[in-house]
Amino acid sequence: MTTTDLSTTGRAQRQRRRLGDVLFAAGAQGSGILILAILAGVAAFLILQSFDSLAANQANFLTSSEWDANTREEPSFGVAALAFGTVLAAAIALVLATPVAIGIALFIVFYAPRRIAAILGYLVDLLAAIPSVVYGLWGIGWLVVQLAPFYAWLETYFGWIPLFAGPVSTTGRTMLSAGIVLAVMILPIITAMTRDVFLQVPQSHREAALALGATRWEMIRMAVLPFGRPGIIGGAMLGLGRALGETMAVAMILSPSLVISWFLLQSGNQTIAAHIALQYPEATGYGVSALIAAGLVLFAITLAVNMVARFVVSRRKEFA
Amino acid sequence: MAKRIDVSGLHVYYGDFLAVEDVSMTIEPRSVTAFIGSSGCGKSTFLRTLNRMHEVTPGARVEGKVLLDDQDIYAPDVDPVEVRREVGMVFQRPNPFPTMSIYDNVIAGYKLNNRRLRKSEADEIVERSLRGANLWEEVKDRLDRPGASLSGGQQQRLCIARAIAVEPSVLLMDEPCSALDPISTLAIEDLISQLKENYTIVIVTHNMQQAARVSDVTAFFNLAGTGKPGKLIEIGETNKIFTKPEKKETENYITGRFG
Repeated sequence: MTTTDLSTTGRAQRQRRRLGDVLFAAGAQGSGILILAILAGVAAFLILQSFDSLAANQANFLTSSEWDANTREEPSFGVAALAFGTVLAAAIALVLATPVAIGIALFIVFYAPRRIAAILGYLVDLLAAIPSVVYGLWGIGWLVVQLAPFYAWLETYFGWIPLFAGPVSTTGRTMLSAGIVLAVMILPIITAMTRDVFLQVPQSHREAALALGATRWEMIRMAVLPFGRPGIIGGAMLGLGRALGETMAVAMILSPSLVISWFLLQSGNQTIAAHIALQYPEATGYGVSALIAAGLVLFAITLAVNMVARFVVSRRKEFA
Repeated sequence: MAKRIDVSGLHVYYGDFLAVEDVSMTIEPRSVTAFIGSSGCGKSTFLRTLNRMHEVTPGARVEGKVLLDDQDIYAPDVDPVEVRREVGMVFQRPNPFPTMSIYDNVIAGYKLNNRRLRKSEADEIVERSLRGANLWEEVKDRLDRPGASLSGGQQQRLCIARAIAVEPSVLLMDEPCSALDPISTLAIEDLISQLKENYTIVIVTHNMQQAARVSDVTAFFNLAGTGKPGKLIEIGETNKIFTKPEKKETENYITGRFG
């Protein structure tokens, strides 16, 4: 009898839906849809606005590196060097920042005394609060000057590696400088993400490793890093996303040229975001539309990076 | 090889708080010793001092002596890592490494000592350990599956296989069956009876029938009072503890009058 009573009450409640529930559900659903709408809106804007110049373009947009778009007649421009520079700068930043971020996170979670860990965690978070234009100023006003002699040293001893081949830029305003500044900028976000996943590693997994006679480092390799891997990748990808789109610091530090160059110590290369920022104020003719087309490519790259990241994170889900 | 454990005058502290007071006992090799007592009486804490796992908790420390055969595990030159390779542990909740396959779980501890391991050698150790844990027949066709894909009881036997793969001399079990159903519990208890041929086994249990079924010696722990440290009240042959205990407190506990 009781069960019947309960189920009827349940059904009655389901029919008489509460106003609060309805409003909340609708609000949550609306927010979810809004995200999609914004994303679609941005994509539509980029595609529509760039169509104009892409139709008039004389060069192959994806393979050409020239940028002659500020005209009403026969513009010819391409995004190849820009896309290359964007990915290169972000890749340098990622390669430099990820190991350091993992190291900081491991130190904070497993090695540092509690007080120092708290202070250090706070300082890392503070790094994230610095505006990118300030990083740009720091980069051009101080860092590149310090780096120039180091670059000369790199060229002397490691010049045989093509990446470090000369002639070295005497100003230090190179791809590597931009990558280093970007690395500092994305360090906090990667550190924060990895620190959070390390904190989530269940005590029981850590004890399992320790009870087998693992040292602290072995415990980290056995239980912490595998468990945290999706989080580390996620953090790195978030950082990569930021590095790809970062504008001000790169625009200020890099002395740009539209070439595809692997020589990190020479001036040259440019990123999409910095190019848009620098070119936009003086864009005429098809210029604006062409810059929007470049923006579309950046949008696509970022989207692709995020999708790859999701895929990597979800791949061995069974084991997580 | 199974080793004897000799504990004398052991106090366990968390910071300034004395958690377990003055425990002395001898645990014979190739026997099963059960620790019983109500929750919070310090039996798990004491168990963890036998392989220095308590040091994982910040502020935890001990005074007193624990001898493994003739080696003092708290001597200044002894590395806790070495102690834990000698004294294995199985926990309350099965905790196979979730990112590892069954095979990798078993070999994980062994690999720590032996970096360069031939495949055939590893296969042999995995099979021997899984057989030793009565799990081989159930998993031999799916060694590459995640450890977490097994049932709770199988996971716990996987953890036992992982612990015995490093060939410890002592196996500590902290309520190994409390998260398992009766059938799985039975499987673990059978396993314990087999394992004592080769190991010194110490098991903490809340289940007095279990203590009576599997152990040769039973130790009863109790709190001296609320906020007071836990103490070893009585230790003796399981038969005797459950039929003719010497202390009134023990009798009250095993007859269910409190706790």
